[in-house]
This record gives sequence, structure tokens and C-alpha cells, in this order.
Amino acid sequence: MASDSAARGLVMLEASAQLQDARGSRLRARAGKAWAALWPKALAIAIVLAGWQLIHLSGWKKDIFPGPGATLANLWDQLHTGLLWHAIGTTLQRAVVGFGLAVLIGSVVGALVSRIKPLRAAIGSLITGLQTMPSIAWFPFAIILFGISTTAIMFVIVLGAAPSIANGLIAGVDYTPPTLLRAGKVMGLRRLSLYRYLILPASLPAFVAGLKQGWAFAWRSLMAGELLVVIANQPSIGVLLSTDQDQADMVSATAIIIVILVIGIVVDSLFNVANGAIRRRWGLAGS
Amino acid sequence: MTLIERQARPSQGKASVSVRLAGVSKVFGRGSSAVRALDRISLQIAPGEFVCLIGASGCGKSTLLSLVAGLEQPTAGEVTVGGGKVAFMFQEAALFPWLTAAGNVELALRAHGSAKAERQRRAAELLELVHLGGFGGKRPHELSGGMRQRVSLARALAQDADVLLMDEPFGALDAMTRDVLHDELDRICAGRDLTVLFVTHNVREAVRLGDRVVVLSSRPGRVIEDFDVPIGRPRRIDSAAVAELAARITDRLREEMSRHGK
Repeated sequence: MASDSAARGLVMLEASAQLQDARGSRLRARAGKAWAALWPKALAIAIVLAGWQLIHLSGWKKDIFPGPGATLANLWDQLHTGLLWHAIGTTLQRAVVGFGLAVLIGSVVGALVSRIKPLRAAIGSLITGLQTMPSIAWFPFAIILFGISTTAIMFVIVLGAAPSIANGLIAGVDYTPPTLLRAGKVMGLRRLSLYRYLILPASLPAFVAGLKQGWAFAWRSLMAGELLVVIANQPSIGVLLSTDQDQADMVSATAIIIVILVIGIVVDSLFNVANGAIRRRWGLAGS
Repeated sequence: MTLIERQARPSQGKASVSVRLAGVSKVFGRGSSAVRALDRISLQIAPGEFVCLIGASGCGKSTLLSLVAGLEQPTAGEVTVGGGKVAFMFQEAALFPWLTAAGNVELALRAHGSAKAERQRRAAELLELVHLGGFGGKRPHELSGGMRQRVSLARALAQDADVLLMDEPFGALDAMTRDVLHDELDRICAGRDLTVLFVTHNVREAVRLGDRVVVLSSRPGRVIEDFDVPIGRPRRIDSAAVAELAARITDRLREEMSRHGK
């Protein structure tokens, strides 16, 4: 009896040890995964910094071209002033509003064009044409139309981003698998319900791809806009950059460029997270 | 609502024919490139009957199902479906990848306008019926091919249709899984008044499942013979009776194919 319970105790001990082992190995696996994702990025940044430092050391344009040390120190200082954060705030607010408008307009146009045949014949290729148009070319037009104002910038952001978003949705609708369409039809889904429960969800991956591309265009248009449409008393990232140019402050200009790059990368990775989540849900992700 | 309709509908008698094809022809294309897929097909299927359509590829089996489903219109002749409601099951499960198994079944119920709580209850019930209770939360890609076809069957049954059209639904499955699904289909059909039109190119499968096996010729598709299957259920696909009738039907098919020089 006693030996029996002792044996049982031993078995339980063993089991709990195994459990802890499993927990430990899961943690290790997660850490390993994070490390696998992180080290190539860290290495890439290190290589860029090293290359930059080498160019600096070689003495090329020594008087103007700053090294990474001075630039990062300058960035660190600017991050401790209210001005840079204020500028980032203004710029991001414009980005959110402009991109939001572009999503709204692009989705509505995409939805209409994908379903209405004459409309597609009429403006389908126009949308693609707009997509290839460099957004900076719109600024003279926008400035004459709206003056030196935020509206002019918004106008160009929407023109830059909405076509990609519309095209993403149109592509998604076009590539809805015919087998699913047939299944939906025999299930009794018609017109609006077919659109809402089948075609729209089926278009989601292509739509997100369109959003991602639209964001890239919106961000580019916004930066061009802030450099061209300088609004007094409204510090933005573009205004800071423009001031640096006027004062020939290369160190600060480089620091601001790093800020622009980082924001672009962070937002892009948000889209990648959304895209990855959809692909996993659909079983499209390679395991 | 649909349940009441079902009970109120006289199961036999009123309409002694569930699906009727009268001199149905279907031509694709025009002029010299026109292809006659079906040629003057006449066929009557009684309510609750399980009819298998068999023929070489290109005999227009799938076209025939599309006509019955109303996905296409016949060039000539008339297709009538008593009761009117038709569900369809394809070779590929065609489940929506953004929905769970239960979500797929619920969507079919939604198309017929039941309330959310009722949909969830019915979907769970139907998944239980196809032996997938507990798998409702899984997404299609997490299920095996056989399980996906079970969900597809549950989704078809969710439409509470009078006629179930099946286009080689087990064609892509391995023999073992197919065998199990034959049993399941038998069990499910026995419990309800469902007319089934089942297309296959597997003669044994046709004899295993059907009350009748209709043999079609190819290019154009014509009914060349209509076999009754006088074998009691439960049947086994490897039983002697099934094998014997399957051999006779295969001979008839061979004869037809050699006449076409193929």
C-alpha cells in the first residue's frame, strides 16, 4: 500500500517534471523564433551603420557629410524636444486622415467599378493610369486649386492612394474562385447577399495588398506635399526637413530622414501583420 | 418555418415525380463550333429516389446537373423540379476558407433566412449528423479531404432542399474514406425524404449507392440504358451482387464506347 502510493507520487513527480520541461521548451522555442526574426534585421542595421561610418572615415565630403555618431546623437537630442514630436503628430494626423479618405473613396469606387460593367469600361483603365501618375505632378494643380493648405496635401494623398486601393478591391472581386461563386449561388446567395457574404470576404487578401500599396503611395505623396506646401506655424516633418535644407543643416536633415524611414517601415509592418493573420486564417501561410 | 413546410408537404402521392427532364437538349456555342452536350434526354425521378448518372467523360453529366440546379438553361426541352429547392455538392468541397466549418453551414442557413440562435443550433445538429460534432470551430484548411466533404454535405443538407445534386463528390477521396462516406450517405438518406441525383464515373460506386443507375452515352449525351438496382441495403461495395451488376453495366458502357471508336 505504502509502496503503491510512493510509486504514484513518483509518477506524479515525473509527470510534473515533464510538464515543466514542456513549458520550458515552449518558452525556448518562442525565444528562438523571435531571435530568428530579429538577428537578420539587427545585422542589416549594423552593416548599414558600419558602411556609413566607413564612408565618413574615408573623408568623402568631410565638411558636409555627417557620420552615424553625430546623426544619431542629433536624433536623440531632437527626440527630447517638443518640436519633433509635434511635427510627427501633425504629419501622422494628416497621414491618417488622408489615407482614411483614400480608403473610403477607393473602396467605394472599387466596389462600383467591379460590379458595374459600363463603369469598368469607362474608368477601369483610368484608375490604373492614375496609379502610375507620379503624385508630385499633381501639386501645381492642387496648389492653384486649393492654395497653400492642408486641403491641397489631402487632395494629392487621395489621388495617390485611392487608385491602388480601388484596384486591390477590383482584383479581389475578379479573382474570386469560380468554384466558390458557384457554391454560393446554389446556396441561394443572390446579388447583395452574394456580394456581402462571398465576394467581399473572398477579396480580403487582395484588398489588404491594395491597402499596403495605397499606404506607400499616401506616405510618399504626404512627404512631397509637406516639402512643397509649407504652411507657416504648423510644424510637420516636411517643414523640419525644409528648414534643415534652408539652414544647410545636414545632420538634422539626415536624422529626420531616419524618422521618415522608421515610420514608413513601422506602418508597413502593421499591414504585414494583418496580411499574415489573414493568410494563417485561410490556411495559405506556409508552416 | 421550413420544418413546418416539410411536414406539411405530402411526402409521396401529390407529386409522384421529383425531377422531370422532357426532351432536354443542351448546345454550347453556335454555328460550326457548336457542341451538343446533351441530346433529347428524358428522365423521371420519383421523390426520395437515389439515381446515379454514369458515363464516360464528356457525356454531359455535369451539364445535366447544372440544368437541374437552374445554373444553366436548356437549349430545348423542359426541366421541372417538384418542390423547387435544390442543393448542390461538388467534387471539391468549395468551403469558404474565411469561415469555420460551423460558419459555412450557418451561411447556408442564413440564405434561407433563419435567426442566428436557430442557425447555430441547426449547424451544430447537422455537423453532429455528419459525425463532425466538436469540429465546428475548425477552419477548412485544418480538416482532411473527407472531413471537408462531410462539412460540404452538412452545408447542402442545411438548405433543406427536396433535391440533392452531387457531382462526383467523393471523386477526389481515397477508397477507404469514400467507403465510409457511402455508409454515411446511406444512413442520412434513409432518414429523410430526399431525392438524390448522383454523378460518378465509378460504376461500382453507382451500384453501391443508387436505386437506379442511368447510363449516358458521350458526345452527345443520351440515355442509353436505365438499370434498376434490386440489391437490398445495407450494401457493400465489394459484395458479389454489386460486383455482378457493375460488371454488366461496365460491359454496356464498353460496348457504347467502342461504337464511338474510342
